[in-house]
Amino acid sequence: MKVDLRAGRGGFTMTAAFEARPGEILAVIGPNGSGKSTLLDAIAGLLPAVGSVMIGDRVLDAPPSLGGPGGARGVHIPPARRRIALLGQRPLLFPHLSVRENVAFGPRAQGVPRAEARRRAEKRLEEVGLGGLAARRPAELSGGQQQRAAIARALASEPEALLLDEPFAALDAPSAAQARRLIAAQHRESPAIPIILVTHDPMDALILAARTLVMHDGSVVQSGSTAEVLGHPRSEFVAALAGVNRLEAVGLSGGAVAAAGLVLRGHGGTLRQGEPGSVVFAPGSVRVDAVGPAVGGAGSGAGDARSGDAGSATAPNRWAGRVAQLDPIPGGIRLHVAEHPGVAVDCPSTHAVTLGLHPGQHLAFRIDEADVSVRAGLG
Amino acid sequence: MRAGGRRAPRAATSTAAARGGGAFPGASPGVSLPLPRRRGEYLPAWLLIPAIVAVALLVLPFIALLVRLDWATVPAAITSPAALQALGLSLTTAAIATVVCVVLGVPLAVAMARSPGWLASVLRTLTTLPLVLPPLVGGIALLALLGRNGLLGGVLAVAGIRIPFTTAAVVIAQAFVSLPFLVISIEGALRAIGTAHERVAAGLGASRFTVFRRVTLPLAAPGLIAGIVLCFARALGEFGATALFAGNAAGVTRTMPLAIYTAFNGAGVEEDTAIALSLLLILVAVAVLVLIRGWRSGAVR
Repeated sequence: MKVDLRAGRGGFTMTAAFEARPGEILAVIGPNGSGKSTLLDAIAGLLPAVGSVMIGDRVLDAPPSLGGPGGARGVHIPPARRRIALLGQRPLLFPHLSVRENVAFGPRAQGVPRAEARRRAEKRLEEVGLGGLAARRPAELSGGQQQRAAIARALASEPEALLLDEPFAALDAPSAAQARRLIAAQHRESPAIPIILVTHDPMDALILAARTLVMHDGSVVQSGSTAEVLGHPRSEFVAALAGVNRLEAVGLSGGAVAAAGLVLRGHGGTLRQGEPGSVVFAPGSVRVDAVGPAVGGAGSGAGDARSGDAGSATAPNRWAGRVAQLDPIPGGIRLHVAEHPGVAVDCPSTHAVTLGLHPGQHLAFRIDEADVSVRAGLG
Repeated sequence: MRAGGRRAPRAATSTAAARGGGAFPGASPGVSLPLPRRRGEYLPAWLLIPAIVAVALLVLPFIALLVRLDWATVPAAITSPAALQALGLSLTTAAIATVVCVVLGVPLAVAMARSPGWLASVLRTLTTLPLVLPPLVGGIALLALLGRNGLLGGVLAVAGIRIPFTTAAVVIAQAFVSLPFLVISIEGALRAIGTAHERVAAGLGASRFTVFRRVTLPLAAPGLIAGIVLCFARALGEFGATALFAGNAAGVTRTMPLAIYTAFNGAGVEEDTAIALSLLLILVAVAVLVLIRGWRSGAVR
């Protein structure tokens, strides 16, 4: 699937160009209002858009051009004939139809005889684990079951591309995990179709998508392999989205870099002395220890080869500071120290209890070289 | 259903007490008492007085009617050929008018619900006009358009069509006054359901007509049914516009309301007939409501 579109609604304009191969899941991440849903609606043909959309060699949208596929008038295939299924946050099952009739809706609308459409619906419902609930009304299903029925309905229409707009956002954790597994299993299906997964959660991208596209204010700010996009974001914005520290860095002699007052060694790239670049590391990769006589006593990382100079703030990948801010995060506490305000550090809850974290506390920090990503250049 | 609903809170109370009993032994007294139910404790009690007066205003006239009725003459009055003729004409014309309203009104409601704000406002204002105008004015307006000297009267006369004072005029007058009820009701339902399901259906490959037939209409069904009931009831009771535009010819344009009026205005002896006919009209209206309500609770949902 090839997409090169400009679309807008209510004064907001979104531009995006990308390609997604059959069998591939491409994640689109970005905060609310970045244009992700606008992009999906435009691909689905629900919004007026300028540009082109192709699936294989089928042209769904083409701009007006004399030599182009649509000539001077361009091409715009209406939603009903695009063979693109769009699944959103809400399952939107038809409340007046049974679950089976919901799933059979697509085939029926495309002219498949009733018995055959029902048979296909039953098969799809088996696949998503709802075989026994086919005769129920949607209102009799739980939220997770409804979303799985909606996935079955989308797939039963045998689309040539699947667009997912925050499909897990409204589900509780177990239901979301179940739905995620269904989507992950989909790219092994044949015929393989491209899947575009819009999410505000970068972890969805990490789990499901080989490639990721980041949107901000209606345009693509970074795209590439998910590992690279989330592992070494190219901007503060993407770093904040991915939940990692991204610091401007300058090369030091001896292969280390200086960033936000820290001296760090990392992997992935080297900066010559004075060369600008960036470092990225996850707040959770930083190890927090108490400072002073308590070092090593509070269950800190014994056995570490360098535990001898713990607390020395001048060695690479080590620093110290006084706690300025504590914020709860899932599974732990995020802290900032007064000396390096731009560096977030996450402390797991059990460790936070052991340390007795409190504002003003003096702490030592260290991070493995393997957890610090270094890149040359300002891009 | 009701018994289950009553039992559920008590069961919840006892489990909560059993759970809490271990941790807070002091909290167990009073477990066997049902939980007090909260009533409208936030509203002033004196509101009840006008509310009761309102009920009296709505119900007392009908009670008075039943009291005043000379039951001995009722069977004869409502089975008289004149009454049955009027009833038949009323039911037929109201049914035709309702069908006309559905055929014309559903598309109008869809157009209103799906058009941009300003256009929807204009359409809604125009649609509501017959609702707020006295039906007599509607009758005069219909005469001005379709009457012999009306705007289209000449054209119709050339074509050999005469509308005023025919049964067709009755249907037109009824459709004119009852169409707004149907349109407003369906438009509200369409607005409430939104377009999300329609978009999904289109994405699954359904043509516009299939989307309308299999998604939009069923989702709007409650509003459609309510609209049809209101529309039929209004058509059945239509008097003012019919009287002016269709006249009061027995068997042709004398519907039930006109028959009642005629009976009432005739010699005083026939006042009882008017009341008996009113009773008949009330019975028909109640029957329609009951029928529709029963059908609705049995079907969708």
